[in-house]
Amino acid sequence: MRIYLDHNASTPVREEAADAMAAALRERFGNPSSVHAEGAAARAEVERARERLAELLACRPREVLFTAGATEANNTALGPLLRAWAGARRHLISSNAEHPSVEEPLAALEREGWRVTRLPVAPDGLLDPEALAAAIGPETALLTLLWANNETGVVQPMARLAALARERGVRVHADATQCLGKLPVDLEAVPLDALSLSAHKLGGPKGVGALVARGEADFEALLRGGPQERRRRGGTENVPGIVGLGVAAALATRELSERSREYARLRDRLWDGITAKIPRVRRNGAEAALLCNTLSVEFEGVAGELLMQALDLDGIAVSTGAACASGRVEPSHVLLAMGRSARQARASLRFSVGHGVDDPQIERVLARLPDLVARVREAGEA
Amino acid sequence: MSAASPSGRRVVVAMSGGVDSSLAAALVQAEGCETIGITLQLAGSASRCCSLADADDARRVAEKLGIRFYVTDYAERFEREVKQPFADAYLAGRTPIPCVTCNSKFKFEYLLARAQALGAQQVASGHYARIDVDPETQARRLRRARDLDKDQSYFLFELRQEQLRGVRFPLGELSKLEVREQARRLGLATAEKPESQEICFIPDGDAAAAVERMRPDSLPGEGEIVDAEGRVVGRHAGIHRFTVGQRRGLGVAAAERLYVTGLDAPRNQVRIGPLAALGARGARLERVNWIAGAPPEAPVRARVRVRHRHEGAEACVTPQPDGGALVRFDAPVIAVAPGQAAVFDAGDVVLGGGWIAESLP
Repeated sequence: MRIYLDHNASTPVREEAADAMAAALRERFGNPSSVHAEGAAARAEVERARERLAELLACRPREVLFTAGATEANNTALGPLLRAWAGARRHLISSNAEHPSVEEPLAALEREGWRVTRLPVAPDGLLDPEALAAAIGPETALLTLLWANNETGVVQPMARLAALARERGVRVHADATQCLGKLPVDLEAVPLDALSLSAHKLGGPKGVGALVARGEADFEALLRGGPQERRRRGGTENVPGIVGLGVAAALATRELSERSREYARLRDRLWDGITAKIPRVRRNGAEAALLCNTLSVEFEGVAGELLMQALDLDGIAVSTGAACASGRVEPSHVLLAMGRSARQARASLRFSVGHGVDDPQIERVLARLPDLVARVREAGEA
Repeated sequence: MSAASPSGRRVVVAMSGGVDSSLAAALVQAEGCETIGITLQLAGSASRCCSLADADDARRVAEKLGIRFYVTDYAERFEREVKQPFADAYLAGRTPIPCVTCNSKFKFEYLLARAQALGAQQVASGHYARIDVDPETQARRLRRARDLDKDQSYFLFELRQEQLRGVRFPLGELSKLEVREQARRLGLATAEKPESQEICFIPDGDAAAAVERMRPDSLPGEGEIVDAEGRVVGRHAGIHRFTVGQRRGLGVAAAERLYVTGLDAPRNQVRIGPLAALGARGARLERVNWIAGAPPEAPVRARVRVRHRHEGAEACVTPQPDGGALVRFDAPVIAVAPGQAAVFDAGDVVLGGGWIAESLP
């Protein structure tokens, strides 16, 4: 039996979501835009999912726009939505520890002449609200931030940062992909203008996500086509995917407090075991502000990518948070932004727990890890 | 007979994405070993070999075989330890063979260390060569491949005993035809893939152009072509464009065929002469590796190869106290080029080899 501790990369699809999706594939094949009964039945499923997601986020269903994932949501927020909001303003604020699906659109905007301020994260991964306040000027149109970092699990004080920006007339967009189902994402409490999310980090399927735009913002479609999603996103709806997202959202609403307690307990047990059994380790990120399920650890003197492979061969899936399929081992830009050296960044591994992880699994990881770390340390830079 | 690897053990196979290493992986797996394919990302993606497309080919083979597969990025280290020294060697008037270092360091030192960290006992590769155990000393021996046309032992002379103990060459007893046939029968995607270049990071074979790209600021520039008496007989566009034994591109008119007989980097001169002047009676070698682990007590008779595909020349090899060796050929050998390796064979057993520092008259 393999042990999967890479839930920040993708989660297993929850049985309930998979069942609902299979039923939708088989029985809700109509086009939601069609007038007939088959179309109406498919449309009803899409709208039910929208309501479920709105309930999880404490927003209105009409504010939810389904996309093909968080990347499309971020590109929409930093594309047509930004243009609708910016007026003549041409300044954006973000951070130097963003996900590529925000960083790349930002870089493209810079090439078009926009000015982007990337606030530096502190060594604990957190942003300084005073630095944000100082960065805001009359030209500033939008603050866009990764709410919880996928690599380190550091959770920004989003309510405070967002309030600070909005008081100064700046719109706020947050990528909450890693937050859902792990911490309360309550749009009544956190004053965001827009929020991105993805289903497959939440026990739902890949290829579906959403952009929530508050106040029924009027903006052009990123994908031009039919009048779906109230003309804000062309293309026939991904009905089974949306159904899966809806079920995953409903489960998250129901299980949130229990999940965050349980994940934190498992994660802390893992960290306690690591510190007890393995010398020369340190944790990345501010302990007081971490996602309940995420543990980023630097194993001094270890080639993280090699340790990840050794764990994989022993049946344990974790992540370096930085390597891609090509094997390129760029040190994590997030850890570099936190002041780690390239060597330290390469020595870091991310463990992220989730649904299906239990105590015996954590014990098995702790039983194997010390030997593997020692073996990989022996190999040095190999 | 190759060193045995009982089934159930973990073996890492260096998979380049070519047919040879693909079949090597299949053969290791067929023995019942837990097989792990690893592609070393060595050169940049511009190169034909070792490019990402080749890693994808290797991945497809691994998927077909149902083995685990990883890509390991050594591009930076390869640049530093292989490509830059390669360019430096040309600029110093030598003719380098980067494949030797690639084998002794990247495949059978770094990858071997990684394999051990991954709990594997051995690294296998698609090289055409053989390893067995000397019945008298129990030391590992490096032997030439059964298919001498494909034999790659020349590039493996730097392997030490501890490396040979951890290395396997599953193709050592096979011919290229048999390899392709078996790969085809197994349905491996790489079965019909063309042969790779000798130097993987120079896909077009133009070493001079590669040196010019890598070292635009240290090129020697134009210089003189001189004859055996030191008379200037022409001009050249940089000594890195020449190799001892080369005949083409001299641009010097003469009654007899002329060859490059030497390269003088400090003077930026190319020395030329007739075929008779190209013969060397010996060579001084540096950094000699004796496969058995230590140099022989007395001079040894051997057949010495001075380049890949050289059939070898009968010679006497005398180890030197500085870790080098002196080679005296029974008859003059053509084009003994500094920077190349001299590899000593006794029959099909490779005794060792070293780097040619200079040819001796």
